[in-house]
Amino acid sequence: MDDLSDLYQDIILSHNKRPRNQGELENATGSAEGYNPLCGDHIHVYVHQDDSGKVDDISFTGKACAICTASTSIMTEAVKGKSREEIDTKAAEALEMLTSKEEPTFDLLEQGDFAALAGVRQFPARIKCATLGWHTLESALKGGEMVNTEKEEG
Amino acid sequence: MTASVSSHDPRADFPILSRSVGSGAGKPLVYLDNAATTQKPMHVIETVDRFYRHENANIHRGVHYLSMNATDAYDRARERIAQAIGASHPAEVVFVRGTTEAINLVASSFAGDRFQPGDEIVITMMEHHANIVPWQLLAKKTGVVLKWAPITDTGEIDLDAFRSCFSEKTKLAAFTQVSNALGTINPAREMVAIAKEFGAHVLVDGAQGVAHGMVNVAELGADFYAFSGHKVVGPDGIGVLWGRRELLDAMPPYQGGGDMIARVSIEKTTFRESPERFEAGTPNISGAIGLGAAFDYLDSVGWDEVRRREHELLEYAFARMSEVDGLRILGPASIDDKVSVISFTMDSAHPHDIGTILDTEGVAIRAGHHCAQPLMDFYQIAGTARASFSFYNHRDDVDRLMDGIAKVKKFFG
Repeated sequence: MDDLSDLYQDIILSHNKRPRNQGELENATGSAEGYNPLCGDHIHVYVHQDDSGKVDDISFTGKACAICTASTSIMTEAVKGKSREEIDTKAAEALEMLTSKEEPTFDLLEQGDFAALAGVRQFPARIKCATLGWHTLESALKGGEMVNTEKEEG
Repeated sequence: MTASVSSHDPRADFPILSRSVGSGAGKPLVYLDNAATTQKPMHVIETVDRFYRHENANIHRGVHYLSMNATDAYDRARERIAQAIGASHPAEVVFVRGTTEAINLVASSFAGDRFQPGDEIVITMMEHHANIVPWQLLAKKTGVVLKWAPITDTGEIDLDAFRSCFSEKTKLAAFTQVSNALGTINPAREMVAIAKEFGAHVLVDGAQGVAHGMVNVAELGADFYAFSGHKVVGPDGIGVLWGRRELLDAMPPYQGGGDMIARVSIEKTTFRESPERFEAGTPNISGAIGLGAAFDYLDSVGWDEVRRREHELLEYAFARMSEVDGLRILGPASIDDKVSVISFTMDSAHPHDIGTILDTEGVAIRAGHHCAQPLMDFYQIAGTARASFSFYNHRDDVDRLMDGIAKVKKFFG
């Protein structure tokens, strides 16, 4: 019961019910499609970068499970207005938090909604649901190649 | 409680069903993923165990005692299975790894050998990927054309629409006896008859049908029937391609190697007849013997008893799930048109979230596209949650499933 409450915290459920930054982005400078053929999570991430490379706007669309929807929603909030360097750091932290067996090396308490996803680690079958949004963001920033969870490593 | 005419509860024959799953002390296992694979009774486990402890040897090539005994046991398993499925001769039973390999064998050695560009193969919208992809690969390689027979909104075959896919160009119909994703029982005999009117050969995917005692190849009238042992309380890695003997004997080998040859020389190799022609290399001997034991076990339970128990579970689960607000059951509206499989979606929760929540309650179901993505596209959904019941499940298992569904609603509203 505790485990399940960790996974489906109010924060996750709220992001699932009312995803932030949802919709297609007009004038996007980059976009990518992410797909998890095992469970059917299917999302699009749109970014707009200014001349300095800063992501000044971001959005996503798609049909996905609660974990993927919430994680992607939280991702858009975490990276909006951030520089590429800041985003790379954030993405590395997110993937560390979601996939590492060790405790995160950064302070979860300072991470707000972002930290709500830490419970996913107890559910190995669901980790790919939670990382899909981040991988798709990465692709949207790097040219937009489709992300397929069954083609990537681990 | 279940009013059983049988005093013996088959659940007691399946040791895994008494374990718990999950972290800490866990929860008693409620196994409702039987359409993916069935659990194994002690009789099968002990048969395979005894083979490796006391009887193991390679077959068909030894002059020694153990090898001759193992060969006998392997051949007896083939005879046992031939009898169980209504084959006219054991040589019609080819041992393969499973349904997937059986269909690939037919695609390669039968269709690949004799079909011409423009020839047509009819499949349906409800097929498992195992009965789609081999034909797509063949189409790419040879220029044969796939025709997709439509299904109704309730996931059933409309025989008129099915018939309209056929023409003089149709060389093969390949369809499932029972939908793995929905549980629909197809009118397989009528479908075979339609294909035969057009002179087409027929392969029936029996992966799901076999578990519910629906195999009688003599009555079915098809040319090939494919199934997996693990779906019928047997071991995994063993399955059967049944084929008409005259067709099998006219087909070229599927793989080359030992045991399938009549004579090998530097210039020329000749091949044995079926089934050995298609069983290159050392086969899954213990698997075949275990599968024979699975049919022995099911005979001892009785197929009527299997069907009676499963139908009772389906009736109870269908009624209870139908009462849940926001829960939609896909597939036939009448339980008389389906096996004990309930595929469902919930308004508030994605199938994977349903699966995770049920898992924490010890309830194992399947969530996803069930290797039937064209069917999911037809319903415009990414996937479903699927609870599939076997004769060894209890009404209590349905109650635990319902408790889990109530919990899903609690989390997701």
